[in-house]
Formats: sequence, structure tokens, C-alpha cells
Amino acid sequence: MTAVRLSRTALASALALFVMTCSFARAQKAYDTGASDTEIKIGNTMPYSGPASAYGSIGKTEAAYFKMINGQGGIRGRKITFISYDDAYSPAKTVEQARKLVESDDVLLIFSSVGTATNSAIQKYMNEKKVPQLFVASGASKWNDPKDFPWTMGWQPNYQDEAHIYAKYILREKPNAKVAVLYQNDDFGKDFLKGLKDAFGDKASMIVAEEGYETSESTIDNHIVKLKAAGADTFISVTTPKFAAQAIKKVAEIAWTPLQFLVSISASLGGVVQPAGFENAQGIVSAVYVKDAADPQWSQDPGMQKFLAFLQKDFPEGNKLDGADAFGYAAAQTMVHVLEMCGDDLTRANVMKQAASIKEFAPDTLLPGITVNTSATDFAPIKQFRLMRFKGDKWELFGGIMSGDQGH
Amino acid sequence: MSAVEDVVTESPAVEAVPKRAMTLGYGTSLVVLAALIIIPLLVKNFIIFQMTMLLIYGLAVLALNILTGGSGQFSLGQSAFYAVGAYTSAILMEHAGMNYALTLPIAGIICFAFGFLFGQPALRLSGVYLALATFALATAMPQLLKLGYFEYWTGGVQGLVVTKPDAPFGLPMGQDMWLYYFTLVVTIAIYIASVNLLRSRSGRAFMAIRDNEIAASAMGVDVALYKTLAFGVSAGITGVAGGLGAIAVQFVAPDGYTITLAISLFLGMVVGGVGWLPGSIVGSAFIIFVPNIAEGISKGLSGAVFGVLLFLVIFLVPHGARQVAIIAQQLVAKLKKN
Repeated sequence: MTAVRLSRTALASALALFVMTCSFARAQKAYDTGASDTEIKIGNTMPYSGPASAYGSIGKTEAAYFKMINGQGGIRGRKITFISYDDAYSPAKTVEQARKLVESDDVLLIFSSVGTATNSAIQKYMNEKKVPQLFVASGASKWNDPKDFPWTMGWQPNYQDEAHIYAKYILREKPNAKVAVLYQNDDFGKDFLKGLKDAFGDKASMIVAEEGYETSESTIDNHIVKLKAAGADTFISVTTPKFAAQAIKKVAEIAWTPLQFLVSISASLGGVVQPAGFENAQGIVSAVYVKDAADPQWSQDPGMQKFLAFLQKDFPEGNKLDGADAFGYAAAQTMVHVLEMCGDDLTRANVMKQAASIKEFAPDTLLPGITVNTSATDFAPIKQFRLMRFKGDKWELFGGIMSGDQGH
Repeated sequence: MSAVEDVVTESPAVEAVPKRAMTLGYGTSLVVLAALIIIPLLVKNFIIFQMTMLLIYGLAVLALNILTGGSGQFSLGQSAFYAVGAYTSAILMEHAGMNYALTLPIAGIICFAFGFLFGQPALRLSGVYLALATFALATAMPQLLKLGYFEYWTGGVQGLVVTKPDAPFGLPMGQDMWLYYFTLVVTIAIYIASVNLLRSRSGRAFMAIRDNEIAASAMGVDVALYKTLAFGVSAGITGVAGGLGAIAVQFVAPDGYTITLAISLFLGMVVGGVGWLPGSIVGSAFIIFVPNIAEGISKGLSGAVFGVLLFLVIFLVPHGARQVAIIAQQLVAKLKKN
């Protein structure tokens, strides 16, 4: 008898407690898998090994940034647990690792996974599971599709936006240009080329020659010669760093003097321009959205000083010349900003809602004036660039902030 | 790897494996089968997914094992056949709306034809030269898949997203579990067929060619036919594995089928034991799980740790899982005697 009475009391009190926590939760705290009073679990996949292992430093920077935030007390008292797995840039492995993160490690969301093919492989899965796939580290334009994939969001300006900016510039400054394009035959090159053609619109015939190359080719010299032979006076180099340097060199070698454009991913001073030779690179135009830590003009900039202090204190193995570090820092800062906006409502739906309502957020390592903005119909957080021209031994910014939106 | 050295010194490419030693005893087979059937009922979905991949890569390693362990020919081009199989399934499912189960035999047949045709010129090559020729195939494949002519079907560089099938007849199981059991049935069917193939007349012809080509032709074996046939069968099975892989991963892209995959499969075969069919699944487990273990030990040096682990395996048990199995068998026999 006592046992029954006891259990009845227990039941009653449990019920009371349940009702209490429920009303509490509605008023204050709400959690999905991966979040609690003390912890927020964030998953990530990175090519730490394999052909794209250079991007691995993005993940290392992000891990160090979250560690620093935890050291400062975390986000409203919650510590970030950042679980980052190697996918070797192989889509099959990404699927395996992403499923492990979601189903076994119980993460709240997946953040800043690198690669287009790799993220494409998990996009459908993440949206079926309704787990946020936030701030994908790839410049493909397909991450901005809130209607079909409401759980996926990009971060960096996409290749098509950048292409629009160059096209706009050409249409304005050199309306009779004969444009030659050298592009890498993969998702990056194709996406960029499509952006150029879209932006030229009915003037697409301005593109007089286009040449694709494979990353397995040892040299792209013959492509450059062909482009010159087509009679072009403007050259857009949609290349990755190694080939970008080759192209700059070859253009100078065959005494071709077009107006040159170089995509932002290859605009590295130390990685591309210096090896190609400063004298060959004079006058090249490129676009940029991240501050270059090697550039002395930012030495007094408060954001840059914070970044350098972070490198010194929290991430000594980082390299300030590696653009991936400034990238990872800004992405992680955006993530922390979103989690702060979530307050105590750490449900997946609210994370997505907050991620889609960022207004004028300026991470430390982005150029002054360039901000992160999203809305329920706009899942492309960064859309702005500034143009820069190579002069002497450094890039010089010119013109105002340009946006890649088609509506000029 | 001693096997490659052997080729250069003109002795048989692969150590002769008696055909009885190529399989497991009935008792062991049943235990393994029971484990493969029961485990998925007890674990999480993502582990079921890993086990599905284990079977799929196991099939691909098995295919290579028939080629190398059975007929003594090398191939570093298996990723190409795997890719053709994967794309065949993906294209038929997404563009033609075909049922996933029907796409697999088609993928197998197309890859068989592809492998058989590739086997023709490969006939003139042997040992390391053949390995190089197939290597060329593996490096060419991702680029071929990107070609503009095929882009409408292959999705070009963006790849194709594949819809995962639901369990049929309203069976009360999730997509992952259904796909696992489906894969298991296909794998067992192909495994039994492969064992029977190697025990048949054709299998004996393969092995005769492996052990001594001149003697085989003197005995009346049509060397050219059987060598190309071995290539075709191997490619066909790899194609089926590729098709299953596309369905399980739900995505195909050229970047997924690079030379790294071919080398992984080759590695799986060596670790599992060349010519020992049950070793295929051990080899497949090695290529799936050991990189994860290596990453757990050190994130920055995962590649190096993987290398060390691989080196240890090759150094301690050069004949792979087969050697471990033989040692275990001897121990059991000894215990029985006492």
C-alpha cells in the first residue's frame, strides 16, 4: 500500500515539476539536440588530408576561435564543443562524417564545412533531417536557395557575384572590350563563367574566347597563346593560385598587354603575385572582401589588431599570411554572433531564423564597410567586394564598395 | 610490396592460392552471416550506413581480388569502373526514372562490356605495365565525366543528387536499414557466384594463367579470352558496387572517383589477403575505419599515422587477413589436440 501511495506522490510531484519546467521552457529556455545549459555542440567536416588539405587551416582557426570564446566564459555561459572531422575532400566520406556528427555526436548544427561537391553530397540529407548546414565554405551560388533548401546557407560572396562585379566594371570602363576568359574546368570555373555570361547579358558576344584547363595539366601556356590569338584586349583569369601565377607570367612573356582581371581566391600577394613577378603584375584588377594581414595599411586597424592578438595568444601555429586564417576567424565570429542572437532559444529552427536575420554585422577581418546581411529570402551573407589594382609591390583599393547583385 | 617485385623477376605475379583456401568453412560463414544480419538491428542509423559502405567497398575489393588473386592481373583502374557503375545507376534513376534495383544489373552489364573491351589492349601488357595502363584509365575518368558532351546527363562538375529508395511493400524499416539488407543480399549473391566461378572450369583457367601462362596455353586454355573475361567480370562487379555506392551516398560527382579510390581498393585487397575472397570485407573495413582511427590519434598527422598503421600491417602480416585467419586456425587446432 505504502509503495503505491509513494509512487502516487512521486508521480504527482514529477508532474508538477514537468509542468513547471515546461512553462519555464516556454518563457525562457528551449533546446534541441546538441544544446544544453552548459554546452553547444557544433559539427564540421574539413579536408585535413587529401588534395585540398590547404583549406584545413580554416578548421584549425575556427577551433582556436571557439576555444578563445570558451576561455572568455562561452556564450551566455554555454561552452562550445567544436567537433571537426577529416573528409579528405571525398563526398562519400563527407556523408559518413556528417551522419556521424548528426546521429552519433548529436550536434546542434554543422558549420563551415569546406567544398562544393562535399557539401552538395550532404545538402539533401541535412535538409531532410532539418539540421542547419550553416555558412558553407564554398563559393558556389547554390547555397543561396532558401526555398528548396531552407536549412542550408553559404557565407562567402559567391563566384557569380564576383563575376558580376568584373562584368559591371568592364561594361562601365571599357564598353568595347574583347574579353578572353581562362577558367578551371570544375565547379568553381563553370560557376564563374556562368556569372560572367549572365552579367554581360545581351552583350555576351563581348566574350570572344574562352579556354578551360584541367588541374592535372602541367602548364597552361598554350591556352594563353590561343586567347591572345583570338584578338582579345581584356583577360579574365578564373584560376587557382598555381595556374594564376603561370598565367600572369605567360601573358607578359608573349608581350600581350590586355586589361587583366584576377579572381579573388588567387589574389594572394605571397602565393601568386610575388612568384609571378611584380613587374608582370602591374595594373591587374582584382576584388577583395577580407583584409590582407600582410598589408601595412591595416596595421593600425582595430579589427586587424584583434585578429593579430588572437593569432599571437590563442592560435600561435597560425600564419597571418595564410588568407584561410582570416577567413576562418571571420566565419567563426559570424557563428558566435548568431548563437548570441539565439539567446536561450537554442532550437535548430531558431538558429536558422537568427542566421537569416543578421543585419550589418562586421567581422574583424572583413574590409571596412563590408557587412554580413541575411534575410528570410536571402541566404547569401556576404555579397560585397571592393576592387583593387596592383601597383608597385602591393594592392591598392579603389572605388567604393561594389555589390554583385544583378540589379545594378 | 613483394608481389610487385615478383612480377619484375618474372616469377608468377601472385602467389598461388589453392582454390579450397579461397573461402571460409561453412561454420565460420554462418557466424559471419548471422552477425551481418543481426548487428544492424541493434545499432544507430549512421553505423548501418557505415556497414552498407563496408559491404559496397567489400564488393569492389572482391572484384579486384578475382582479377588479381584469380587471374594474376593487376589493376589500379577500378575507380573508373566504379565511377561508370555509379553514374549509370544515378543517370538511369534520375533521368529515366528507373527503379534503383533494375539499374544495378544494367550498371553491371555496361561495366562488364567496358572492362572486357579494356581487357583487349591490356592483353599485350602484363605486371607493372598493366598496372600503369589501368592507372591511366583511373586518372582519365574524372575528366571524362566532366566533358561538355555528357554534361546534360552527368550534371558535369556539379554532379547528380540521387534519391534514396524507401523500403518496399510497406516494410516497417528505415531507408538505411532497407538499403543495408538490400546491399547484403546483392553482396551475398555476388560472393556465392564468385566462389562458384573460381571453382568452375573458368576459375581453374584463371588460376592456370596466374600460375604459368605458357603452361596454361599448352594445356589448351584460351589465354586471351580468359584474361579479358577476368577483366570483364571484375569490372562488372565493381560496377554493381559503384551503383550501390551512388544510391547509399545519394550523390555522384567526378571528384568522388579519383585515383585515390582505386588505390584504396588496391590497399584493401592487399590487407585482406590477395586471392582470399573473405578477406575482401576485412580489407574494406581497413580502408573505411583505419583513416578514422588515424584521425582520432592525431588530426594534423592523420596521413602519417595511417601510413604507419599500414606499414605495420604489411610488415607483420604480409599476406593480410588470410595469414591471421590461418594462424587462428592453427591455434584452434592446437587447442583441440591438447
